[in-house]
Amino acid sequence: MAGKRAIPEINAGSMADIAFLLLIFFLVTTTMDVDKGINRKLPPYDDQLLEDPPPIKKKNIFEVLVNSNDALLVEEEYLDISRLREEAKRFLNNNGDGTCDYCEGAYRDPASSDNPDKAIISLQNDRGTSYSMYLKVQNELAAALNELRDELSVRLYGVEFDELDKDQRKDIQKKFPQKISEAEQLKVGA
Amino acid sequence: MAHIKKKKSKELPPVSTASLPDIVFMLLFFFMVTTTMREVDLKVELSKPTATEMQKLERKTLVTYMYVGPPKEKYQGKFGSEARVQLNDAFAQLSDIQPWVVIEREKINEAEQNQMTVSIKADKKTKMGLIGDIKLELRKAQALKINYSANPAGSKELLYSSTNY
Repeated sequence: MAGKRAIPEINAGSMADIAFLLLIFFLVTTTMDVDKGINRKLPPYDDQLLEDPPPIKKKNIFEVLVNSNDALLVEEEYLDISRLREEAKRFLNNNGDGTCDYCEGAYRDPASSDNPDKAIISLQNDRGTSYSMYLKVQNELAAALNELRDELSVRLYGVEFDELDKDQRKDIQKKFPQKISEAEQLKVGA
Repeated sequence: MAHIKKKKSKELPPVSTASLPDIVFMLLFFFMVTTTMREVDLKVELSKPTATEMQKLERKTLVTYMYVGPPKEKYQGKFGSEARVQLNDAFAQLSDIQPWVVIEREKINEAEQNQMTVSIKADKKTKMGLIGDIKLELRKAQALKINYSANPAGSKELLYSSTNY
């Protein structure tokens, strides 16, 4: 008799309460921070290389110095941060030796870099430089490169760099490589 | 029939709450999916600098975090107000970084260990001296892929005008 009786329906009235409880738990513990940042690759640690750096022509190095007052010295001249992007682009897109066949609208300044492949940006900072300034400079340099890559990919493929497929991306990256050297720190003071 | 009709016109029927659990569940799932549990208890003040040219950290399992900044007020009595490094749940010395990297690298499966990325979450007021020392330690530990963590900036102009302090 008892076995034949229908099972009573489970009361689902408290379901909402339980769900609310869980919801509130997740609301409290959640941190919606998106993990974003500027990716960089550090050079491997090598004592010997420090003493004997590989020879690079001085004109192929774009020197950026940041002092402890967060002021910029670019190619031995004072420069405001808002102009850094433009200057970096000009340096990276220079076609000094005429071997760069994809550099459209490039300057042919023989005193600047030979071609985008040879151009190296050297970023040096003082121990007293603030992190926020350093990151701003990194940001501007990254922006210069990204803009050049975008311009080239629009010219070659008709779309921006982000929308390219893997091979095309590699091709563009090869043409405008990211060569930013974060050199050892200086103790130049203010 | 007439009776029922009369009753209906008198008072409003109660709003059905039958779909309430469904709505709540939907919200719950949304938060469950988007949530990232805070693994560590932050002991340093962290107000990240802003930037515009950022890449997303894609594979969370390959990323390890390091926090740099001045200790929070309740720890200042013990650790001072100079910027310090926090690894996992504790303040650390610079010399602790290399062993820490080794331990963290062990946690990643072997084939992908060389892709390990260290995300440096540093306070914007930190001096580069400390960051430079950290970078040197990371280089010695062969942790060469790093990521300077930052918050997105509203616009280019805002970025230039933002003061450092």
